[in-house]
Amino acid sequence: MSKLVTLTIDGKQIQVPAGTLVINAAKQAGIEIPSFCYYDGLSLQGACRMCLVEVERVPKLMTACTLPVAEGMVVRTNTPQVIEARKAMLEFLLTNHPLDCPVCDKGGECELQDMAFRYGAGEGRFVEFKYHVPEKQWSPVVYYDAPRCILCYRCVRICDEGLGVNALGVVNRGVRSEIAPNRGDHLECDECGMCIDICPVGALTSGTYRYQTRPWEMSHVGTICTFCADGCKTTLGVRNGIIIRANNRDRSGINDEFLCIKGRFAFDFVHHPERLTRPLIRTLSGFREASWAEAIELVAERFEQARQQGGRIGLIGSTRTTNEENYFLQKLLRQGLGSNHIDHRQSGDLVSLLMATRGREGALATTADLYHASGILILGADLSQQHPLLAFQIRANYRHHRARVYVVTRGPVREDQIAARSLRVAPGQELEALESLRTELQGLPDLVVLYGDSIKGSAVARLVQWCDSLAIAVRYVCLLDDANSRGALDMGLVPDWLPGYRSLDQMNLQPGLCWEEMLESEELEVLWVVGANPLRRRHLKRRPWLVVQELFLTETAQQADVVLPAASAYEKRGTFTSVCGELQQLQPAAQVPGAKTDLEIASLIALQLGLELGPADPDELLGEIHRTVDGYNVDLPLVAAGAAVPTGPYPDVAAVAVRVDKIRSREDTLFTAGSLGQRSQVLTSVREAPGSLYRG
Amino acid sequence: MSPRLYNEPSPLEVKILTRRFGLPNSQSIDTYLATGGYEAFRKALEMTPEEIIEEVKASNLRGRGGAGFPTGMKWGFVPRESPLPKYVVVNADEGEPGTCKDRLLMEHDPHQLLEGMLIAARAVGAERGYIYIRGEYRYLIEILDRAIGEAYERGFLGDNILGTGMRFHVYTHSGAGSYECGEESALLESLEGKRGVPRIRPPFPATAGLFQCPTVLNNVETFCAIPAIIRDGGKAFAALGTPRNGGTRLFCISGHVNRPGVYELPMGFNLLRMIHEVAGGVRDGRKLKAVIPGGSSCPVLKAEECDLPMDFDSVAQAGSMLGSGGVVVMDETTDMVRVAVRIAKFYQHESCGWCVPCREGTTWLRHLLTRIDQGIAKPSELDLVVEICNNMLGRTFCPLGDAAAMPIRSFVMKFREEFEARLRRPMVAVPDPDSLVVS
Repeated sequence: MSKLVTLTIDGKQIQVPAGTLVINAAKQAGIEIPSFCYYDGLSLQGACRMCLVEVERVPKLMTACTLPVAEGMVVRTNTPQVIEARKAMLEFLLTNHPLDCPVCDKGGECELQDMAFRYGAGEGRFVEFKYHVPEKQWSPVVYYDAPRCILCYRCVRICDEGLGVNALGVVNRGVRSEIAPNRGDHLECDECGMCIDICPVGALTSGTYRYQTRPWEMSHVGTICTFCADGCKTTLGVRNGIIIRANNRDRSGINDEFLCIKGRFAFDFVHHPERLTRPLIRTLSGFREASWAEAIELVAERFEQARQQGGRIGLIGSTRTTNEENYFLQKLLRQGLGSNHIDHRQSGDLVSLLMATRGREGALATTADLYHASGILILGADLSQQHPLLAFQIRANYRHHRARVYVVTRGPVREDQIAARSLRVAPGQELEALESLRTELQGLPDLVVLYGDSIKGSAVARLVQWCDSLAIAVRYVCLLDDANSRGALDMGLVPDWLPGYRSLDQMNLQPGLCWEEMLESEELEVLWVVGANPLRRRHLKRRPWLVVQELFLTETAQQADVVLPAASAYEKRGTFTSVCGELQQLQPAAQVPGAKTDLEIASLIALQLGLELGPADPDELLGEIHRTVDGYNVDLPLVAAGAAVPTGPYPDVAAVAVRVDKIRSREDTLFTAGSLGQRSQVLTSVREAPGSLYRG
Repeated sequence: MSPRLYNEPSPLEVKILTRRFGLPNSQSIDTYLATGGYEAFRKALEMTPEEIIEEVKASNLRGRGGAGFPTGMKWGFVPRESPLPKYVVVNADEGEPGTCKDRLLMEHDPHQLLEGMLIAARAVGAERGYIYIRGEYRYLIEILDRAIGEAYERGFLGDNILGTGMRFHVYTHSGAGSYECGEESALLESLEGKRGVPRIRPPFPATAGLFQCPTVLNNVETFCAIPAIIRDGGKAFAALGTPRNGGTRLFCISGHVNRPGVYELPMGFNLLRMIHEVAGGVRDGRKLKAVIPGGSSCPVLKAEECDLPMDFDSVAQAGSMLGSGGVVVMDETTDMVRVAVRIAKFYQHESCGWCVPCREGTTWLRHLLTRIDQGIAKPSELDLVVEICNNMLGRTFCPLGDAAAMPIRSFVMKFREEFEARLRRPMVAVPDPDSLVVS
């Protein structure tokens, strides 16, 4: 640790590490120094001049945001001169500001409003003409209103430094300066909307949220994004049961305030007009709507038949259902229906890693590790596209700690910008290429290795062996596709192991069919698909009786005998486990009348079957998981409080034969996300859609 | 090529930097070599870097760009040992209204500048130099490029200068018409190909300048003084001026005088003598009203304040600045309100927009002063002008905000009765909309 420096701010003596900026030192002392352009983690600007403070023995006022502390420094933030300066800066800022707060989206949560109330003068003295330019639309989701802009350059910096995209710049000079896309009149970027969120005023507004509501008319529900596996917290603004916006301005969660286009805008699938709201039963002339009671009765009847035939039922589960649902589903199938044909689409080989690192403490990296590790090795993944939060963390690590980043991929990726070395190899050849990095990696104190779906089976064991030979501390991240892909593996939604990676022997089960085998199986009477779309690109060989729980009439649902309308992750309670193993709680935000959560549906079926499977309440199930599943013996009150709690370790990992050829990533870009993505108007309307991986 | 002289020299001048002005073919290296050119550099090659810097310190040479920082001290800040390359950068972005000396130095005697750069490069161990030239001075790029070519031919530039193994390469780089790029850190940004906005300092260019490498950055006139300092010794140069203000300086006397022009005079030369004896007195025998002593960013001096020696310290004591040596003389017919409007307009136009008080303050001042000039303001708004200036002073990111606020405040405070008179007798009844549009 760097040495401590003692200074005095407003008479309070405090000790902070050398190099701390005065603005942050004051924060630690509980003293607010106002600022617009200063932003934690981004480069310094000194442009807004709001943070001027008096420093003893310095004749001029100094900007607290650019001034590092010094031993014995005496700072004053509440002298008449400082108060006067703040008032003056706000007066300057408001001279060319349109003051259209009553129609501005930001009204009510605007930093300029807050500052004007707190530090500004009551009346303006500016009576000249204001300088006006018309509003511009840069993309389907980003609008820019230059007169409102106070030119704090946060948007320019977050886009360049935070995202590595550099889509925004400044044009013109002086009072005519404005933010502009570097591509002229439009954005070609990640469309993540970080610029909108970080804007302290209403200059950058969201194409989906603008003029919809006022912030105080919404309730704000903190939940977990349902798209990729990174586990970003997203705060949904809900009015009358309808989600109106998503952001994470309170900087809670593992993602701070980062969200990509999916987390920030793609919630619109929830209220898509094609959402299913009534159960459907197939008749000779197609589907007819039915009541829940009738549909559940019919399903239970067929399930009972399959059970009596010796468990001739298969379950294809989802990567977006909660841990509680997954746990209950596998329990229903294994204990209730006597079948071990349980699977979901696996996108990464985690179990091989667990087998190879069995008995080791801390072999799996957390999201925070990506920010702190001194070395990062990316194998076979386009992180900025597939795992935007992990990429964001790594970029922040590079920016703040000069982390050494190594990239081994089949094509150019954005991480090349910050990479110490980038290697291009064919998928599957990554391990051979690693040897050329040996000396460089050996010089690092610690390393986090992220590997994609091209490293699986014995290759994972070889990777671990090779990393062991470096003789440095190495932690791993097995990259997975979806919001609860990790949870599906942990909860044993697979034919090869039980929850907590326990051996099937504990229940005297044989490995069941994997999902592709289920589609081709001759022996299954009933196929139960929960939130998956296996028939999008495949066909059933022999048509079993098909039950589908879905949000939409997907390719699979269209072939079903019974379709049960399911609720999305934004409508339910439960937990997700992120790709790095953090357990986080979902909160119901939206209401779609008619749809039921997959847990409710499964428990209704169990009830109809007369099965005694214990409680089917999300909180009680989490308690059961906590007691019985390895790795989930975590601090539950923390989870309930909204924290991201690391899971693991798994003391009793079964030795399983990994079905290597069944593990495949869907290779989603920032703008695709399976059947949900197709139903998000935002994802399909941006010019970057559909895009592709490995374009740098 | 013999460039023409814009004004007759004055017998009171002490011609050190301008001694080749008016010589036939003064731009050519032959003329330069025939008149003692590059001898100082040859001498510098015999000296250690420390000796060169000591000599410059002894000369009491202070930066000629406007701030007047001691040059030797600035060079001394450049780290001796550095794993990074070092640079010499010439600030030839002469943009201060009232100032027109650097262009003459480059036009008449480009090799003097190159020699100054070479000596600086020798003193700090730089291998590359850039001359950042004001965009409007396009013709000077040709002159300098020709001179650089000659210097390469004669072995004064290149990879093995005069067989000593010293490497130094010089490039010219054109600005694009921004006053702000005359500020040293904005100049470096612009030279790096970025938007010309100032940087946070510290670090200063001496340690982290061009491409974040140690950089010597001085004004053209400062570099041009170096050969004389090395040739004749720092003490001799210092003796020409007053204590702590060594040498001579090029004063650009403009405005209502009979013989406007650029005159090289010792530091500390009396301002009134400058106007009356060097520049031939106020035109048409009128009375002197006021003088801006160092370019438009300096507070104005009333006629009765003008009996003072023109060195950095004395002018500062009088409440103004020596600045860049642009002496703007105004006679009794001058409309001070219009001068203030003109100055406000310039700084509003040139504010880069980076920081709030400068961007918004200069715009406000321009609007307000325009209205005052048109006689459609309340007398209390004169106090508002002063208050806006006070709110800008010392609070902007770079000195441009001060440069706008200081003169305007001085005009309103020193000539308030003129401003008040304007408000009592409106010149126009209705504002001309065009005059209020910001350009």
